[in-house]
Amino acid sequence: MLHTINKSPFERNSLDSCLRLSVKGSPILLIEDGVLAATRGTSVSDKMATAMNDHPMFVMGPDLQARGIAGDSVADGITVIDYGGFVDLVVEHGTVQSWL
Amino acid sequence: MAETEIEFDTAGITKKFMYVNRKAPYGTIYALEVLEAVLISAAFEQHACIVFIDDGVYQIKKGQNTDAVNMKNFSKTYGIIAMEKEDADEDEDMDMVWRIIVEKESMEARGLTADDFVIDVEVIASTELAAIMAEQEIVISG
Repeated sequence: MLHTINKSPFERNSLDSCLRLSVKGSPILLIEDGVLAATRGTSVSDKMATAMNDHPMFVMGPDLQARGIAGDSVADGITVIDYGGFVDLVVEHGTVQSWL
Repeated sequence: MAETEIEFDTAGITKKFMYVNRKAPYGTIYALEVLEAVLISAAFEQHACIVFIDDGVYQIKKGQNTDAVNMKNFSKTYGIIAMEKEDADEDEDMDMVWRIIVEKESMEARGLTADDFVIDVEVIASTELAAIMAEQEIVISG
């Protein structure tokens, strides 16, 4: 199962709920305002680093670019993908749970 | 134009659906939209886990009164879900498993207990609920 998060971790609890309710090994994709969780040096950076021990972590490049977040601002261990990469994840993992 | 009746041949096709409710009622349309999707699922005799997480637990809170806000109190409609579950449980010819689940952590964080809900629910901790979620075939979120 692929988990997507489209809300900012600074505004909503979508990231927390996703981490609480996703099994180890399931990939997480940050999209739309969810990409804000991928940046370095934030109040959720430690939480993200811990999460990456259990989950492959992806972030949508176009959503980063739209928000003026450069690639070198993305924390280590997070894979930046494009729309084609999103499709690949869905094809590979089948079921999607959207944390809205 | 002549009226044609469309038939859907869904015999033998049963999938595991999960409906994830995470928003309080009335503030947004999410709760009502997911509820309508659940009722459609019942018509097609699919397996369903209806789960209430985060503020979604308020959807089934007892004592809702929407008279003064001019909105329809749809908390009573969850009773239909409970009835569908009873049908699924009791009818041996029906290949349909329904579960109504509240996440323990979300319930407790809001000072609620299972007695506060309009329907009977299973209260399940997050670790176990994560495993149930992982085995679903289709997840509809709100």
